[in-house]
Amino acid sequence: MIEVNNLHKSFGDVEVLKGISTTFEKGKTNLIIGQSGSGKTVFLKCLLGLFDYEEGTIAYDGKIFSLLSEDEKRNIRAEIGMVFQGSALFDSMTIAENVMFPLQMFTKQSKSEMEDRVDFVLKRVNLDDAHKKMPSEASGGMQKRVAIARAIVNKPKYLFCDEPNSGLDPKTAIVIDNLIQEITDEYQITTVINSHDMNSVMEIGEKIVFLRNGLKAWEGSNKTIFKTDNEVVTDFVYSSNLFKKVRKMYLEENE
Amino acid sequence: MTYLHNIGAYFLMIKEMFRKPTKWTVMKQLILKDIDDLIIGSLGIVAFISFFVGGVVTIQTALNIDNPLIPKYLVGFATRQSIILEFAPTFMSIIMAGKVGSFITSSIGTMRVTEQIDALEVMGINSLNYLVFPKFISLLLYPFIISIAMFLGILGGMAACVYGGFSTLEDYNVGIQTDFETFHVTYAFIKTFVFAFVLATIPSFHGFYMKGGALEVGKASTTSFVWTSVVIIVLNYFLTQMLLS
Repeated sequence: MIEVNNLHKSFGDVEVLKGISTTFEKGKTNLIIGQSGSGKTVFLKCLLGLFDYEEGTIAYDGKIFSLLSEDEKRNIRAEIGMVFQGSALFDSMTIAENVMFPLQMFTKQSKSEMEDRVDFVLKRVNLDDAHKKMPSEASGGMQKRVAIARAIVNKPKYLFCDEPNSGLDPKTAIVIDNLIQEITDEYQITTVINSHDMNSVMEIGEKIVFLRNGLKAWEGSNKTIFKTDNEVVTDFVYSSNLFKKVRKMYLEENE
Repeated sequence: MTYLHNIGAYFLMIKEMFRKPTKWTVMKQLILKDIDDLIIGSLGIVAFISFFVGGVVTIQTALNIDNPLIPKYLVGFATRQSIILEFAPTFMSIIMAGKVGSFITSSIGTMRVTEQIDALEVMGINSLNYLVFPKFISLLLYPFIISIAMFLGILGGMAACVYGGFSTLEDYNVGIQTDFETFHVTYAFIKTFVFAFVLATIPSFHGFYMKGGALEVGKASTTSFVWTSVVIIVLNYFLTQMLLS
């Protein structure tokens, strides 16, 4: 579980996060949504420890990150898996080497143990014959799946995904969404996804945090988002005609 | 003010580079890869340039010595001095700032743009140690390149001298052995070690702290080449003053 309390972050005079408090629960896919410029990426980078913040706390299973020693911080980081927007695969390594990298860095496993684990996770993301390919030879969807495999190979407690569906076709996007949800459920990971893909919100948003102008404007789930009267949320989520119709149908059915 | 900030950031980067070392089994592979990329990969261009510049130095020297009272062996002497004292350690380093420096800046800069450095940081890896330290260690072999540059420069001079008909092989051989001071080679290697450090760290600094996209990677490579060359030239002046005067 990750608990965020009154998080403030500024760049110069511009306050990007203005006191966000929320909880990301274990075994659930937690989504952060909001318009471009709402502070989603900054919030995610604060959660990851890539940005320092001026005020507030972030606690990983009760441990307040900013109060930890460097060694303790490193231990927490070793329990984090991250899927970047552009996959961020190391382009000098093959797909298998990319996935093996966290094991090489943080475990004392033998080479055969590491290879077995890499085989297992690549199979888990349906990439069992891509070991020797270079990232540049893989499609966008494959790269995302490799990034997921690399993120989960060391059995993380926390999985962060920054817009995992960006640049993917709708079918592949659903495959990636389902994969993330299955993995979250299977390994009971605390998963936090930064997204503005409304399909993801509806499909896998077990918990949704809506950000607007650096503030938490709404909090709920894919079940409650249909019913909310919060205009800020409905304006954003149901901005397309398709989603307006879907919502109307849902509300009519549930009246 | 920006310059002062960058100088401070550069020294902080160097301090950070030596902290929290990467696992040795991984580091060993990185060092071997960087030796291949930075040292072995530079041998061809170094050999080519050294041989021909050695030849040109010899021809220029020979053509400018038209006084019959000046002995012919001075062509070899002047070539040796030019190559050992300046051409091999200093000018080869400036060429390497273009070749190796641009490679380092663009490869690290691309990693920054494509979030690969963020990926390392998120995993809790000291990205500066992971990326820059192996380059620094592999460039400790840089004097090996400079030795080859010295040898081939003098060899190129000999070929140009003998086959161009400027003096005999015997005269050239006498020239390259005349008044030879071993300290000159030591001086050249001291400079080489200092320049190796500059070649590893300044391009890494420009790549690591760049912001933006592909266009900025190109700009960072150019800036890195300019600053690496400037620092090499300035350090060359002070080292020469300290060691030879």
